[in-house]
Amino acid sequence: MNSPKQAGAGETMAAKPEALLSIRNVEKQFGRRPVLRGISLEVAPGEFLTILGESGSGKTTLLRLIAGFEQLDHGEIWMAGERLDPVPSYRRQVNTVFQSYAIFPHLSVFENVAYGLRARGTPQAEIPDRVNQALEMVKMGEFAASAPARLSGGQQQRVALARALVNRPRVLLLDEPLSALDANLRRQMQVELKSLQREVGITFIFVTHDQEEAMALSDRVALLRAGFLEQVAEPREIYGHPATAYAAQFIGQTNLLLAEVADGIASAGPIIWRTFGASGKVYFSLRPEVIRLVSYSSGHPSPDVSTAHFRGRIRNQTFGGAMDLLEIDCGNAHVIRARIPSPGPLSGDHDFEFSAIDAVRVRAGDD
Amino acid sequence: MYSRAYKATVTIPPLLWVTFFLLVPYAILFCYSFWSVSPQQVIVHNWNLQNYAQLFRNPIYLTVLLRSMRIAGAVTLLALVLGYPLAYYLSFHAAKRKDLLYQLVIIPLWASYLVRGYAWKTILGSEGVLNGLLQYLHITHHPVEFLLYSPFAVILTLTHIYTPFTFLPIYASLEHIPRNLVEASHDLGAPPFSTFLRVILPLSLPGILAGATFAFVLSLGDFLAPLLVGGPSGIMISNIVVGLFGAAYNWPLGAAISLCMLLLVVGLLFATERLEKRLALQ
Repeated sequence: MNSPKQAGAGETMAAKPEALLSIRNVEKQFGRRPVLRGISLEVAPGEFLTILGESGSGKTTLLRLIAGFEQLDHGEIWMAGERLDPVPSYRRQVNTVFQSYAIFPHLSVFENVAYGLRARGTPQAEIPDRVNQALEMVKMGEFAASAPARLSGGQQQRVALARALVNRPRVLLLDEPLSALDANLRRQMQVELKSLQREVGITFIFVTHDQEEAMALSDRVALLRAGFLEQVAEPREIYGHPATAYAAQFIGQTNLLLAEVADGIASAGPIIWRTFGASGKVYFSLRPEVIRLVSYSSGHPSPDVSTAHFRGRIRNQTFGGAMDLLEIDCGNAHVIRARIPSPGPLSGDHDFEFSAIDAVRVRAGDD
Repeated sequence: MYSRAYKATVTIPPLLWVTFFLLVPYAILFCYSFWSVSPQQVIVHNWNLQNYAQLFRNPIYLTVLLRSMRIAGAVTLLALVLGYPLAYYLSFHAAKRKDLLYQLVIIPLWASYLVRGYAWKTILGSEGVLNGLLQYLHITHHPVEFLLYSPFAVILTLTHIYTPFTFLPIYASLEHIPRNLVEASHDLGAPPFSTFLRVILPLSLPGILAGATFAFVLSLGDFLAPLLVGGPSGIMISNIVVGLFGAAYNWPLGAAISLCMLLLVVGLLFATERLEKRLALQ
């Protein structure tokens, strides 16, 4: 019954600027506890956006607001030039893949996938083809007649995906869809999910607490922390140039160095390097893999501040195949983690260095 | 693994209980149903099928049995019509009042059956509350007689007494429906009423079945409500059984009727259980 509306909405989109979904200053409280505090976010058509955050950061609530399962307290949500937030969930052109799949237990796989088509009054003749197509897309064609109870978690996940995609939503919301799967299946599903998204060209908004998953899948990552957006950027950008100490620590591993900056020179304990920008106490993020193990044949390193040097005792070495993780004790309780090409067993004191440009200034954040 | 002694301690008491308070009495009942009463009013142990033959020959028994089933059917229907919306409201919309309302449904179960039966007697009687109200409002000028001592009164009383028994399993089955299924249905474009028909109702069928079985089986075997408010036209099969075991002193015939009812009820329970299993497998 909504199909004429679908066509109409498509026309208005062409007249509007790029953003398909626009979240404007959205706030949400549960009781007196603020969950989302002034979130603004634009999502482009065809984008794979990941909302990344710890549990309790509000990421699932944000998703539920877009789906229409929760009402927002302040702000607006727009989709393709129309207000979305007053529209009941059953009239939104948004579909959700639930964390726990939410497959209807009393319906066959086929009927589960057909559910949305029937609910929206799709012509009877179209239904079998579209359902089978959707099931083929997620490689579940042969299970059409099965009862959901007989399917594994991964298979139910695929059915949930087909059930959402068959409706050709403008935005697909995925609420930690892979968190219940074991590691191998999870990696496989990540790859499939990404290629599926490219294939169908639908905007995906993907919620996860797994930063590796976020980096592997997303066009952009929106990092959410305690109801605030910490940083919204492409994965490479957010990894290479984290805006805050929190972002640096949450996305990938990092060493957080509190340095005293004066006259373009940063010094953190015995380590000094050149930096640009304001003076004072500044946090730097130093990724473990930018640190190199060196041995100075000529006694002392040259006094060149474009490269930082330090010496420390190997406190711990974890073999990791190609790369080892070292914990280097630089004295004064300074421990720096380095990931270096496996050097064989190390002990005692060693020299290390890193390029000054690899130490990235980050904001301290709220705490 | 559990020790033999532990296993024996847990299994033997219920086994003894079932044997002495269920199987043995039924066996005795079974024997009685094949005996007969002599003209001297003595129960004689000559095995025969007379009691069963009489059951089908004398139309009074079948008439009353059919009436009992009609009454039980009506009670079941009314209990479902009252119990389902109540359970649905409590489970999905009552929010903070849930616990309070649940207690309000349960509390009447604590009052004695007899008290509730007598309450209806005073409400429905010719001098009762309802007739008083009707005359006070000038809707009628004389007491309405059909209210009390009629099948209507029995149905009303039994519905009042057994609706909580229907409510409880329905409520339990509604509470077991994962709420994200309701959200998924909305998400897929089904408005609330359509969601109710396509998701909630089918998933609560086991509860409906269990609740209906409770109401039907308990009403079918009831003898107090017909005794208190039924009158001659509201007599049910259990009243006949009570009479046969009491004043009429025809234990063999009473036993035969009891066993027929037992068979009916067991058959019904068996059928609903199979239906429930099939629903669960779907």
